[in-house]
Amino acid sequence: MVAPLVEFRSVVKRFDDFVAVEDVNFTIDAGEFVAIMGPSGCGKTTTLRMLAGLEAPSEGNILMDGRVMNDVPAHERDTPLVWQSLALFPFLTARENVEFGLQMRGVGAAECRRRALEWLDRMEISEFAERDIASLSGGQKQRVALARSLVIEPRILLLDEPLSALDANLVIRMQSVLTKLQRELGITFVYVTHSQSEAFAMADRVVIMSRGHISQIGSPKDIYRAPANRFVAEFVGRNNIISGAVTKTAAKTVTIEGSLGSFTVQTGQHDAPRKGDVARFVVAADLAQISVKKPKSGNVIPCSLISEEFIGSVVTLFLEAEDGSELKVQLQERELSKMDLKSATTIYLSWADEHGHYIGVD
Amino acid sequence: MTDNRTLRWFLFAYLALVFVFIFAPIFFSVVFSFNSDRFPTIPLGNFTLKWYQTVWNDPDVWEAARTSLTVSLSTATIATALGFATAYTDYRYSFRLKPIYLGLVLLPPTIPLIIMALAMLAWFAKLGISGQVMSIIIAHSVLTAPFAMAIIRLRLSQMDPSLEAAAWNLGANEWSAMRRVIVPFCRPAIISSFCLTAAVSFDEFAISWFVSGLNKTIPVIILEIVTGNIDPQVNAIGSFVFLVSMTLVIIAQVVLMTRRKKEN
Repeated sequence: MVAPLVEFRSVVKRFDDFVAVEDVNFTIDAGEFVAIMGPSGCGKTTTLRMLAGLEAPSEGNILMDGRVMNDVPAHERDTPLVWQSLALFPFLTARENVEFGLQMRGVGAAECRRRALEWLDRMEISEFAERDIASLSGGQKQRVALARSLVIEPRILLLDEPLSALDANLVIRMQSVLTKLQRELGITFVYVTHSQSEAFAMADRVVIMSRGHISQIGSPKDIYRAPANRFVAEFVGRNNIISGAVTKTAAKTVTIEGSLGSFTVQTGQHDAPRKGDVARFVVAADLAQISVKKPKSGNVIPCSLISEEFIGSVVTLFLEAEDGSELKVQLQERELSKMDLKSATTIYLSWADEHGHYIGVD
Repeated sequence: MTDNRTLRWFLFAYLALVFVFIFAPIFFSVVFSFNSDRFPTIPLGNFTLKWYQTVWNDPDVWEAARTSLTVSLSTATIATALGFATAYTDYRYSFRLKPIYLGLVLLPPTIPLIIMALAMLAWFAKLGISGQVMSIIIAHSVLTAPFAMAIIRLRLSQMDPSLEAAAWNLGANEWSAMRRVIVPFCRPAIISSFCLTAAVSFDEFAISWFVSGLNKTIPVIILEIVTGNIDPQVNAIGSFVFLVSMTLVIIAQVVLMTRRKKEN
């Protein structure tokens, strides 16, 4: 069996009394685009910095190609990082910035220059090669930072929220630049972000972290459709989380009764809860349906409309149930236009049994 | 609005007066250095270069100028190196007694010069190295290193904390990162700190007078000339010293300012 490119084995990182990363285990295969996502302070950047050798794990091992990397100093690893601040050298030109890593590897001056220019050309900024960093725009700096990291031909590229300083249009543009690069080069990208849209748009696999732990690892679709727990379900957003006491358990199904009513969902991979436990399940906003007439069967919650939010052709409706909890439904604008919601006093939110996703007890 | 304008004029006049107060003595010293009369009185006599000629032909003044130059250049080099090292230590490391460390480093300029000069003299005498050019250099380095440290520390505080790590990340070991990233980033501050410490050392009198022995620096020789008689060649030397110091200070300022402009 081929060893994974990167492996985290029970890695713990403490800063004095603060535990930044706690017992993290995961692997990254060669050629994967992995996003590490989570709210600020969840340990995602610390995880990345440990991979780059800028922090040493307090416990556990980090392996690359099966070799324990804990004691390998940062400058002996080929793990270039694209920094959140970009960290370009302000006293050098764009080309000199790109040459830096090559010079550190003892590449001759002429060869350095040739390869630096080649990469600047590839990033479509060759005309700015001799410019000072301060005179470049945000997007151009981004490209210099990418060229500076990639020119040394690494097998893995680390990115720490590199797009957070750019405006929305440029973010979309750079996302496609990054995915294209990753596919063409065939190398591994490890991308740290707090942005779900960036992670889901680019990554093959997403690692969600919360308070130093890994909450879930999976494809963007897995995480979106099958959040493993309450944290992921909330973090992903656009989910209705419904909780209640367990009143009945059967093979692979559980009945949960709360202030919104009594519903039966499949437990899937989760352990069966005991009667009386408080359990939760999720109905994704885009899988829920609404109607003005009460559906005859299925899972139904009567609600009233609070507000709507248009994003292009998709509309999100915010509803309030009788117990005061807020629920969301996402649907196409053209579907919505067929309904007469304004005059209806009660709107019925419903979903098919298979769209209720159980997320366990906590 | 009129109130505002009056206030502006008042403040402007105040500022102008402050400058007059500071620069008038120097200005008159320069004027009298070209005046043929022996006593500084108005109306002025004729224009003359005689005092400059006297100074030019005085081997003692030349000897003092050589000593001053050696002392100020050596001091500037040592003080800037020390200042850089302490500023970098402060930037890079955090340790428990750091406030005490920084307090100690910044202490020398707060000690009255006479006290410091006496202490230096006593200490050097004990070590058997008093009365040498080297003793002035050591004493001046102690005095000026805190200025160098303050200037370089300010520059380091403007540095993106990821910059040095970015160098390591790209394959630079600690020394290369220092040489290729930290020093170039601090270059404007290093140049200005060099100029300023050189200027301070060049002007400094009290310590030089106490520890110099027979190796007189320019300020020391000025005092010797004015002791007991009025001699306009002092004005000539003074003008020269003023020119050297101002040049150094202006270079320091310009280097710091152009860099800042470029980065914004």
